[in-house]
Amino acid sequence: MKKFTSLVSSAVLLVNENIDTDQIIPARFLKATDREGFGINLFRDWKFQKNGELNKEFALNNPNYSGSILVSGNNFGCGSSREHAAWALSDYGFQVIVSSFFADIFKGNALNNGLLPVQVSEVFLKALFQKIKDNPKTEIEINLTEQVISVKGTELSEDFEIDPYKKTCLINGYDDIDFLVASINKIEAFEALQQH
Amino acid sequence: MKKTLFDKVWDAHVVDSIENGPQVLYIDKHLIHEVTSPQAFRELEDRGVPILRPEQIVATADHNTPTTNQHLPIKDALSRNQLNELSANCLKNGITLYELGHKNNGIVHVIAPELGITQPGMTIVCGDSHTSTHGAFGAIAFGIGTSQVAQVFASQCLLLAKPKSLRVTVNGTLKNGVLPKDVILYIIAKLGTNAGTGYFCEYAGDVFEDMSMEGRMTVCNMSIEMGARGGMIAPDDTTFAYVKGREFAPTGDEFDKKVAFWKTLPSDEGATFDREYHFEAADIEPMITYGTNPGMGIKITGNIPTNLTDDSAKKSLAYMGFEQGESLINKPINFVFIGSCTNSRIEDFRTAAGFIKGKQKAENVTAWLVPGSKKVESQIIDEGLKDIFDEAGFELRQPGCSACLAMNDDKIPQGEYCVSTSNRNFEGRQGQGSRTILASPLVAAATAIEGKIIDITKHLN
Repeated sequence: MKKFTSLVSSAVLLVNENIDTDQIIPARFLKATDREGFGINLFRDWKFQKNGELNKEFALNNPNYSGSILVSGNNFGCGSSREHAAWALSDYGFQVIVSSFFADIFKGNALNNGLLPVQVSEVFLKALFQKIKDNPKTEIEINLTEQVISVKGTELSEDFEIDPYKKTCLINGYDDIDFLVASINKIEAFEALQQH
Repeated sequence: MKKTLFDKVWDAHVVDSIENGPQVLYIDKHLIHEVTSPQAFRELEDRGVPILRPEQIVATADHNTPTTNQHLPIKDALSRNQLNELSANCLKNGITLYELGHKNNGIVHVIAPELGITQPGMTIVCGDSHTSTHGAFGAIAFGIGTSQVAQVFASQCLLLAKPKSLRVTVNGTLKNGVLPKDVILYIIAKLGTNAGTGYFCEYAGDVFEDMSMEGRMTVCNMSIEMGARGGMIAPDDTTFAYVKGREFAPTGDEFDKKVAFWKTLPSDEGATFDREYHFEAADIEPMITYGTNPGMGIKITGNIPTNLTDDSAKKSLAYMGFEQGESLINKPINFVFIGSCTNSRIEDFRTAAGFIKGKQKAENVTAWLVPGSKKVESQIIDEGLKDIFDEAGFELRQPGCSACLAMNDDKIPQGEYCVSTSNRNFEGRQGQGSRTILASPLVAAATAIEGKIIDITKHLN
């Protein structure tokens, strides 16, 4: 897994709430059997209009927005467990998603792919929305080591929570398989106990 | 210490705990399907890590399969490739596979209970969020991502922080025409789509105790739609009677021993939950959804709320083509889908047939009935329900996930409404531009007959 420690980037602002993984990557694109190439279909049905033309209103098509941080509304990533959603976001170039709330399965999937979900307060999110609306080039700093998100050149900053184990994994590029495979003896001992 | 059902099952499966970190949870059964497993098989191959316990994995093809002419080669090359890859992976690794056409094939969350693979007290995972279905048996069952599928392949375990506990109690007797689907749509409408995030939910009270296993599965299935990773119902005599005699259920003395153990699983009297909600059965009526998440539900005779002020809710109504304050009664509907892991079990088709018998579907309606499994399909034929459906002009198709997620050709056209017994009304879920209205099999059947949404309570004997 890719390592992550800190990042300074402008952001793409997508204010919608309850963005489900069917929107992030529609089911008809789940027929591939590898992990690559999902980025091109990220938010496919929001990116294009019904007639197939580019939807210029949509955040990802807004030329003012750029960067590897996606800032989005409450309850991001709800619905289907498809990890293709995390793959699509990463493949598109996002490294961090900021929201006031993440759905469980998406959060886990993101962390397992080195895509950092940063959960902030509603108040901070609103303030961040405004900063980006006022100036789409606003730079945001994510410091995983210190667990701080801040807006460059302003006083706006907030601490964020992350599971300490997951933090270690991200900083060092470890993943759960490495850990679990190293635990096989304990797992087999547990199985042996269950037999009795 | 007094324990909940969830605590008892979880604690019995903890292999190890990391200080200030997650626990290593042992997984009894791992269910896989063609869409979320191929990358996990590749992951292990790339690392040179073998699959630890192939005998604890069961595979089926369901998400991306056609529901007509299943005996013919699949036309779509990508879909065919995905199914071939599942077959090759299972063969190579010694994993039991119920492929397309096999007598045990069907939707993963329908076949595992049906075959007796799902049992109380187990931990069960699958790369599918509706794995919560199996919690109906008093199992801890939840959906996982593909990286986690690879973890279970490699170690038969997952690294997880223990979720918090939530209990939803519904007491009383359900009104005539109120089905388990209405109960869960009601609960989600009351609590919202993220009330359960970070929690495992136990459903308790008369309403769930009186429910059949099929009904309990419908309820637990949709736990994820309120954000909960899983839902559980305490195992009881209804559970034991359902499991007994099924293909992979324990037999003889072994079964009796298991039952004695399963009886110890229900939450202890006085066990505490992190969060509790109480509802009355008398308050629940047949439900429908009007928006683009399952929490946007109203009683079928109700009106769309008039206080939808935020942009997301407005966007949702605009997508659906509905207005605030509007009633959906008499809204013309051209598509009806009865199927999905929520409502494709035999009881659902009996309910639909009971209403449909002797009637004709409306001319404007395309009505798809998609059984959850080959076994359900056989039951529909053996019980004479197919004749009722045929005579009424409904189309009985072959098993699979079908129009619930429209990965195959079963898509609802752009702009069309579909009254659907599935679990998600997200934008485009049933096909690009499709508009989904979630409902029970009874409401779906009635909609197909009338060609519009009706007040079902006025049409019951």
